[in-house]
Amino acid sequence: MFGLNSKDTRLLLIVAALCLFAPFLLNPFPEGSELAQFNAGYPDLMQRFVIFGIFAIGFNILFGLTGYLSFGHAAFLGVGSYSAVWMFKLLGYNVLPGIVLSVIVAGLFSLLIGFISLRRSGIYFSILTLAFAQMSFAMAYSVLTPITNGETGLQVYTDDPQFLMGANSPNVPHLFGLQMNATYKMELGAWLFQFNAGYYLCAIIMLVMFYLAVRIFRSPFGIMLRAVKTNQNRMNFTGLNSRPYTLAAFVISGMYAGLAGGLMASMDPLAGAERMQWTASGEVVLMTILGGAGTLIGPVLGAGFIKYFENIFSKINDSVLHGWFAFLPDGLEDFVVAILHPFVGKGWHLTLGILFMLVVIFLPGGLIEGGQRVARLFRRKKQTPDGKDPEHHPKPAPHVAE
Amino acid sequence: MSETTVSRRGMLKTGVAAGAGVALPTIFTASSAAAYTNEPTGSTVTLGFNVPQTGPYADEGADELRAYELAVEHLNGGGDGGMMGTFSSKALQGNGILGKKVEFVTGDTQTKSDAARASAKSMIEKDGAVMITGGSSSGVAIAVQGLCQEAGVIFMAGLTHSNDTTGKDKKANGFRHFFNGYMSGAALAPVLKSLYGDDRKAYHLTADYTWGWTQQESIAAATEALGWETVNNVLTPLAATDFSSYIAPVLNSGADVLVLNHYGGNMVNSLTNAVQFGLREKEVNGKNFEIVVPLFSRLMARGAGENIKNIVGSTNWHWSLQDEGSKAFVKSFGTKYGFPPSQAAHTVYCQTLLYADACERAGTFNPCGVAEALEGFEFDGLGNGPTLYRAEDHQCFKDVLVVKGKENPTSEFDLLEVVEVTPAAQVTYEPDHPMFAGGNLGECNPGA
Repeated sequence: MFGLNSKDTRLLLIVAALCLFAPFLLNPFPEGSELAQFNAGYPDLMQRFVIFGIFAIGFNILFGLTGYLSFGHAAFLGVGSYSAVWMFKLLGYNVLPGIVLSVIVAGLFSLLIGFISLRRSGIYFSILTLAFAQMSFAMAYSVLTPITNGETGLQVYTDDPQFLMGANSPNVPHLFGLQMNATYKMELGAWLFQFNAGYYLCAIIMLVMFYLAVRIFRSPFGIMLRAVKTNQNRMNFTGLNSRPYTLAAFVISGMYAGLAGGLMASMDPLAGAERMQWTASGEVVLMTILGGAGTLIGPVLGAGFIKYFENIFSKINDSVLHGWFAFLPDGLEDFVVAILHPFVGKGWHLTLGILFMLVVIFLPGGLIEGGQRVARLFRRKKQTPDGKDPEHHPKPAPHVAE
Repeated sequence: MSETTVSRRGMLKTGVAAGAGVALPTIFTASSAAAYTNEPTGSTVTLGFNVPQTGPYADEGADELRAYELAVEHLNGGGDGGMMGTFSSKALQGNGILGKKVEFVTGDTQTKSDAARASAKSMIEKDGAVMITGGSSSGVAIAVQGLCQEAGVIFMAGLTHSNDTTGKDKKANGFRHFFNGYMSGAALAPVLKSLYGDDRKAYHLTADYTWGWTQQESIAAATEALGWETVNNVLTPLAATDFSSYIAPVLNSGADVLVLNHYGGNMVNSLTNAVQFGLREKEVNGKNFEIVVPLFSRLMARGAGENIKNIVGSTNWHWSLQDEGSKAFVKSFGTKYGFPPSQAAHTVYCQTLLYADACERAGTFNPCGVAEALEGFEFDGLGNGPTLYRAEDHQCFKDVLVVKGKENPTSEFDLLEVVEVTPAAQVTYEPDHPMFAGGNLGECNPGA
């Protein structure tokens, strides 16, 4: 279907189903129960899941395929956000122009940065992109304040021109009248499920982007990118110029990031400079590696994981912990809470860090590899029919010239 | 690899399907039947406390959280009732708000607008918070205030001192108890004149965001009216931790007063750097070099240690005040936590009480009803003397304290002494004052 082989089609359908039923899947615990703390099925977080999913998919096209590790992708996200908010300020709250412009601006910006940074590879490339992103961040924070509104963040004010705004246009981001914050709440017994228009828009766009990424992965262009990752020198010696390919990959992933930024601004019309900070760039690297670099769905999983920790674990405070362990005797309760305290609330970074270490040490292929191992446990049949050893990797190419 | 052939018919089909897909979700616009966002239906009501637990204002955030917990305890009838006993409005019964037990959720703003909005959103969407309060940075407060306006919940601003919060960026659903940069300038100017004379050259270091800008503007305007000259204004990043490179040029600028428009950890570091550079022992233009910190707090004074002595600034409230309200609050805070509260703790405690009281008087949690109850509300007994919640811009008008670092502190908390209590009339301004112009409250938004 859609020009995909059956395996990829199945993957796409699974992702589509997950997106469609996310409001149910993410709210497994009834409202009001102690475990409701772990529910993630509210609009803001679901939007973040898919938006950062898009960001990570795009990053994976660069990092997963070519192996070029960019440490500055947050810059494109930030640029996308700023463009979208400017569209809201100038034209009105319809999200379409904002999203389109954010992709275009991020594309141009990544073309510029990519053109310069891709002159180097490896660590030098990473440092160059990091430098550019930090430069953008510092500029958005200080000298570009008239455009970015500095630390306060770019917002839409009632006295902005908004030329396309009609008398009865909604006063929040909308798509032709469909308000992004419109939520249909469904109560089923003790459960409350929220279906948010903005989330579904993001989810549809993510599916399209996911499909696009699959096509890129399976295309001759994708093979070229993999060749760059495997051995760029050898590729160059055959007379192929790899620069246009890497630059194209860089721009594509930059546009993905810009799209994510534009969507973020569409869901919540504010753009802050922190979106460009190096921590934000590092986050997408973590997402991709945590989920599984170079795999199709890994980055999306990684993005979901990190956002879940950031939003759910950070909100567990001591009084919540006391509530959980109230059944224990007093002294023991305090002890257990004291043990868990560093790992929740503002300590969520610690939990995430430990998880990341465990994944990198024991599952170098990310969460995807974990899933594959579990799957292999359940269906251990006709291992290596044609004598191929799955643990066998091609040896690194010998350096003939040395 | 590519096996697609896009036919005209296929294209049409896809177009129609996509169009239907876009049109379909309009059913979502018909939201549930609640009268306003997060109408509490059970026996409890949830408030959202959104404070910085990490970043340069983390100390203030931690103290705010303590005060919130104390306020919730008092509202639910626990403890000794604190300022509920001295508050001029007697609507609060100690049985929660409107008979509903008060519960709360907390979040970390990280002193970043993005993170603060995400945290506030999850409180509104997931936890059903009917009011959001907090913030120890004006940038964050303004961002969250905008969000609350869109979502249709009340925002009770915490520690935010920028003119813009109730000026350019004011919102109908947002209310501020804390004072602002203009008030600091108006209160400080007469004191600065009597202490340092009327011909001084001031050099400003300013935190580079809305609060710093507006405070610098206010202080510069107030001191220039005295006859002072503003030599230079240098903007410093909020995330900066070392200010040596900003202090060095001060020495050669010919200025004889350094104004530090910094707060929290920023101010502790910049003041320490300034003292290390020997600025305070210097003599310029035949006068002693002076340092002024327009917005002061005890937490900062503690962080800066010895360096704070004799430095003048303004503050919203100080625990050594001897009115009944302040004494009651210091007593119940001290009993629970073992040390006196900061001004951040005081303002958020007041805000929580004021919100609860407004709900009681309005008889509803509906943001529009609550806003109406707060607008033009005059009260007393919350530690600042008679106070007015002005209807035009949702700003509180009350006395401002001018303080200075104590020469001989008697304890680790007794760091500031009150130089002067500037009466509210002296710091009051017109709602359309140029420093506050350009904003529009808009309509109150109950959401849903």
